[in-house]
Amino acid sequence: MNMTEEDKPDKDEKAKREELLTIGVSPHIHDADTTARIMGWVIIALLPITVYSIYIGGMSTLIVVVMSIAGAVVTEVVIQRLRHIPVTIGDLSALLTGLLLALTLPPRIPFWMPLMGGIVAIALGKQVFGGLGHNIFNPALVGRAVLFVSWSKYMTTSWLVQPKAAVVNTAAIRSIDALTKATPLYTMRLVRQHTLSLSASRYYKPLLFGNPWGCIGEVSALLILAGLAVLLMKRLVDWRIPVCFVGTVMILSWIIGMDPMFAALSGSVLFGACFMATDYVTNPMTVWGKVVFAAGCGVITVLLRFYSNLPEGVMFAILFMNGMTPLIDRYIKPRPFGHRKAVSEA
Amino acid sequence: MPWAQSMKSLLSLRRGVAPPANKNTASSSIEPGPGPEIVIIPLQQHIGPPCDPLVKAGERVLLGQKIGDSEAYVSAPVHASVSGEVTAVREHPHPTGQDVLSVFIKSDGKDEMSPEVRPPGDPMEMSPEQIRVRIREGGVVGLGGAAFPTHVKLSPPRDKPIELVIINGAECEPYLTADHRLMVERSADIIKGSLIIKRAVGAQKVIAAIEENKPDAIESMSEAGREYGIEVFELPSRYPQGAEKTLIDTVTGREVPRGGLPMEVGVIVDNVGTAAAIQDVFHRGVPLVERVVTVSGDGVARGANLRVKIGTTFADVIDFCGGFTGQRGKLIMGGPMMGLAQYTAEVPVIKATSGILALRGETLFKDEPAHFTCIRCGRCVRQCPMDLMPYILGSYSDAGMWTQLEDFYVDDCNECGCCAYICPTKNPLVQLIKVGKEGVARRRQKMESFEEATSKRK
Repeated sequence: MNMTEEDKPDKDEKAKREELLTIGVSPHIHDADTTARIMGWVIIALLPITVYSIYIGGMSTLIVVVMSIAGAVVTEVVIQRLRHIPVTIGDLSALLTGLLLALTLPPRIPFWMPLMGGIVAIALGKQVFGGLGHNIFNPALVGRAVLFVSWSKYMTTSWLVQPKAAVVNTAAIRSIDALTKATPLYTMRLVRQHTLSLSASRYYKPLLFGNPWGCIGEVSALLILAGLAVLLMKRLVDWRIPVCFVGTVMILSWIIGMDPMFAALSGSVLFGACFMATDYVTNPMTVWGKVVFAAGCGVITVLLRFYSNLPEGVMFAILFMNGMTPLIDRYIKPRPFGHRKAVSEA
Repeated sequence: MPWAQSMKSLLSLRRGVAPPANKNTASSSIEPGPGPEIVIIPLQQHIGPPCDPLVKAGERVLLGQKIGDSEAYVSAPVHASVSGEVTAVREHPHPTGQDVLSVFIKSDGKDEMSPEVRPPGDPMEMSPEQIRVRIREGGVVGLGGAAFPTHVKLSPPRDKPIELVIINGAECEPYLTADHRLMVERSADIIKGSLIIKRAVGAQKVIAAIEENKPDAIESMSEAGREYGIEVFELPSRYPQGAEKTLIDTVTGREVPRGGLPMEVGVIVDNVGTAAAIQDVFHRGVPLVERVVTVSGDGVARGANLRVKIGTTFADVIDFCGGFTGQRGKLIMGGPMMGLAQYTAEVPVIKATSGILALRGETLFKDEPAHFTCIRCGRCVRQCPMDLMPYILGSYSDAGMWTQLEDFYVDDCNECGCCAYICPTKNPLVQLIKVGKEGVARRRQKMESFEEATSKRK
């Protein structure tokens, strides 16, 4: 007998501690990652590009970013109040939507546009479907699409050269600017149509280090890749989406006779593939579903780029594939463990 | 093809999760547990119909005496774990949640052995049938947690030849170290027990599968097994590596077909504790009356690996380890991933109790969402060792869509808990799946009775 009389707890204490035991279904421990933490890491991954872009674009860029985030977050609060449900801006998803939207906008647009975009993104892109997790389309891209079709003048003609970015590679920019006064993508379209001859590789350096033509988030391909590296290191996104998306664009561009490297670096392919197509809610759940989704995005991007009159196809490509996602999830399912034999017997 | 195999193991490695191991008691030797004043021995400690009591209140029983048995094939007898007087045979809370008919024995402290306890002779000269009979008489069930009667497991039908016996020393559940210590301290007994299993099923080969995070266990098991040609297979340290189907897939590359048993692919898996218990039955003649239990968690004063008599209450074991600390949280039988939370500490240690885990209230997870919310991150799908789609199972179960649940193979789920562990919104996916399985079963029953009724009318 190891127990003496003193060791034995008295009845009262025993009864008390039984009252206090908690029950619940396993598992009794959980991973530390939460929605807020994931969103937070995506925001951190976007910070370098945001900061660099503000440095280059100055006040006007900062206003776009702030207005877009404000529009998104305030709309989330207002709608959740109206719906009498808990306000969930603490999960940072509205903030992230606002930031993502800002990064897809041109740096110099009137202040009410990003505000409008933020409101539309949350209201029509997310909350009408029932909030986080229920939306079919990427909310930030919904916001951008509405701005794009409503005020396309602002959205396209402000693809102007940013003076500060020109510091990065003055020679290349001056020559291109003098030649076309257009974005590299548009220039390349002219090249393809043999109305112009220009080597694509001269664009590599500005596109990588300081792109003066693009949207806020496209200012440097290198920083986009740095953000992707953060996401991959934290295992937040599946590498297949950016790789398949960009890979498809490169291969198809090469087939139709464009410089594949240029096709990947210019426009919003890289940003879209790394941060827009990887949005959890609006892409398929399975590994192969994600591959199909990303490849589809790539195909449609190239089609829109070169066979439509839109300046860039990434946004509509992703939105279109967002719409296809439920269908992909319906047909591409994992084969459950141990089902192989049953199939072969049947 | 070897490269295909290595590719596959690389892919399968990514499934499952890697919770913090917390194997705090990995270096504490197995020590004798409390000497309880009263043991409460449930008459159901296995999968299958419960035993009938063989003793009445007031009777004197001896250690190792059979006190409950059943006519049913899928069942295992239970034995007295102390000598003393039977004070009652009545229902008592059981760790699985129900009240179960249990034999209360007041110990006389002498642990007097029953004359039934004697070695049956050399198992290597017995026929497989004789071995199975002895194993049944010894009350041996799977000690990994499922508590399936071992003699049934070791009776493969003639058309399903067994070629391989895998001794499961994965112990992938966090906190638990009972199997680990057993492999370090009783490796020779485990090896001998596994040879008896091998003989009973007529297998050609025995492999001991151990997670690579237990180098001392791997060393002592390889040492003990060398003489008999038993190899150690090093498993990746990942939960749920010790789950039977996952284990067989990792070791042999064979997938146990849906709804089937390991014998379909010519394999038998037995826990290291089961092998040691079998060796006890043949070497010393002692039936399964005690087992190694890991006591751990931040809610108990001292972690330990204890040899505990079956029927000792959790309260006695916790007191033996210095009592609870901090606020009361959860008291769990088993590990934190699949263990059963207890509502009372008065439940007894049973054959399937691999661990007693006390988690204090302060650090307890409490953030389950009020409703099913999914951000479609896809982690549950990616990590599911059974390749199911837990988010769909969860949302369909939440909505009561039983027909659709069946289409997504809810019955294939082994409730390992990877999905609920990894879920960023902390959905109680295992709970929803359990509810879903119930719903599917109820619906199936209803449909059957409906069909029966309509066919009668015709």
